Amino acid sequence: MTTVPEELREIHPRDELLRTDLFPHIWCPGCGLGIALHAFLEGMEKAGIPRDKRTVVSGIGCSGRTAGLLRVDSYHTTHGRPIPFATGLKLANPDLHVTVFSGDGDLFAIGGNHFIHAARRNMDIHVICINNFNYGMTGGQMGPTTPAKAKTTTTPYGNFEHPFNLPWLAATCGATYVARWTTLDARRIRDSVAEAAMKKGFTFIEIVSPCPVGYGRPNRIGSGLDEMKYYEEKWELRGENWIIQEGANPREADIDLGKVIVVGKFVDIEKPTFLDMYREQMPQFQAKKEEAKDRKEEVRE
Amino acid sequence: MRGDVITGKYFMNGDVAAAEGALSAGCRFFAGYPITPSTEVAERMAERLPEVGGIYIQMEDELASMAAILGASCAGAKAMSSTSGPGFSLMMENIGLGIMMEVPSVVVNVQRGGPSTGLPTTVGQQDMMQAKWGSHGDYEIIAYSPNSPQEMFDLTVKAFNAAERYRLPVLVMADEAVGHMTERVVIPEKSAIPIVNRKGPSVPPSEYRTFKAGADLIPEFAVAGQGYFVRMESLTHDELGRPSLTAETQQVLVSRLQDKITRHAHEIAEVEEYLLEDADVVVVAYGITSRCVRQAVDEARAEGVKAGLLRLLTVWPFPSWRIQELAAQAKAFLVPEVNFGQIVHEVERAVAGRATTKFVQYTPGAMPHPHRTLKAIREVAA
Repeated sequence: MTTVPEELREIHPRDELLRTDLFPHIWCPGCGLGIALHAFLEGMEKAGIPRDKRTVVSGIGCSGRTAGLLRVDSYHTTHGRPIPFATGLKLANPDLHVTVFSGDGDLFAIGGNHFIHAARRNMDIHVICINNFNYGMTGGQMGPTTPAKAKTTTTPYGNFEHPFNLPWLAATCGATYVARWTTLDARRIRDSVAEAAMKKGFTFIEIVSPCPVGYGRPNRIGSGLDEMKYYEEKWELRGENWIIQEGANPREADIDLGKVIVVGKFVDIEKPTFLDMYREQMPQFQAKKEEAKDRKEEVRE
Repeated sequence: MRGDVITGKYFMNGDVAAAEGALSAGCRFFAGYPITPSTEVAERMAERLPEVGGIYIQMEDELASMAAILGASCAGAKAMSSTSGPGFSLMMENIGLGIMMEVPSVVVNVQRGGPSTGLPTTVGQQDMMQAKWGSHGDYEIIAYSPNSPQEMFDLTVKAFNAAERYRLPVLVMADEAVGHMTERVVIPEKSAIPIVNRKGPSVPPSEYRTFKAGADLIPEFAVAGQGYFVRMESLTHDELGRPSLTAETQQVLVSRLQDKITRHAHEIAEVEEYLLEDADVVVVAYGITSRCVRQAVDEARAEGVKAGLLRLLTVWPFPSWRIQELAAQAKAFLVPEVNFGQIVHEVERAVAGRATTKFVQYTPGAMPHPHRTLKAIREVAA
């Protein structure tokens, strides 16, 4: 085997942000995760988050493999639990920039309870959900975002459940930033990731991503490229410019087979985070302590 | 405003004492969910952590509580949760994560009666085997068993030190009787409380390997945000933290995770011996039961029966070597427990037929009365 001279080696400009010893990755040809991951890296660079303060927490599934690929402090945790794990990480060291990068099944089925409570608390973490409408890692089962009537290995006659509308869910639970994109528009994902990364509070970006093997094939959408074309056809940007806050109503953002997919930024608001409120209450706590010095369990002998 | 170590003599309940032990050990993060009979631990932490610059958060459930304390520990905080029966079941998933990622953390389980909702407000010792076997996969664990509010303080401090030293979730397997008992607790001077901190990286980031262990089998812990780019992995992984889904990697990893405890078992395990020098009948007990049956041992001695008590301060790792030694001398082992028979099986395994081993059953829901054990001592001594 001949050694390739240094100057002729192909080095991706973002290699320094990745753990290249894990490549090639495990994702299928046509999967949208590579696009989403690249856009995420670009967004973090654009936001100028210091590299040694970036932490990424993932759950289980195809999207869950993301954390381990990144040259940051990375945590590949249990199924559904990246959000509470990230909550501890952030609260114990508020200087950290904490991103949860995971999939729709992980974040909204097994982890759904954690998502709604972290959003309610306005925990200062940044959640990115790769929504591919199914459980890809286990071979294409129905999940909480699978559109009604869609076919998966566990809905062979078509899905008979209503799916979640993720932007609406996030908005109603109190997220300070909510956006949805498809992997068709990597630059908008990048800009949105950068914008969310610089915000305080609980931010949420849904990235609709093709899964040609688990979802595209049984639903006759075709290859990954065909699924992208399908998004291009069905993709609808509400408002002239996605920067416009009132561009999209998350209530109308439900995804139905064959219908338009509303993308854009839905929410961009400011409100105190968990830590803001905790710190504000602390002096009161301390004052109370002075009064309560002589509680019965503390009576000295 | 009070500091982290409130040196002095107090009249304090066991749950509160566990919280004070945690604070004295350096705990600065608590995530939990209210559940009887452990709620007082959470209440005390909610009151006290803001005083010492720590964080208290009430999570949505115990799955989240356990995940949150692991996250906090990865960011460098000494972290704890407390729970009871049903909550302990929910924590099993992420106790496994803590074992796999080797994250120092402490869980105080104030046991009540089960299965399921069971007996929420009364005593039980029914989670002793769950502590060792409840999370899936093979692992070794460290579990302390206090029998007084003072030990709730002392053993919680030890639990933190063991968690930091051996890098795993350490359990304080208390029970409702000890948790809700109020009595004298002496909190020593801060300087008199030994504190162990996890060892940090001894190499620069370029040479750091997240799970590379030295002779003691314990890897060096890099905290998030220091530029070490740790790679914490829940899948079977190599020393770099890369997933490696092979039998070979599983053999290397899971052996080390177990060996790091078993090879240090003699240092970790603690027992208290009472009248064992010449004992024919050895009563093996832990937690509240160990306190109640001491009277049975005294009464048996008064009747001329050579009875003694081996009290387990750590139930895991199980001090089987001490049982084996005693099996050469004793005729019978009695194991009173407030359950339907758990640690008795461990004792029986260690005794290995060299003496009689008998279970003394106390039903969860009521305090263990010494009389039943005294009766059993008389029977085996006859």
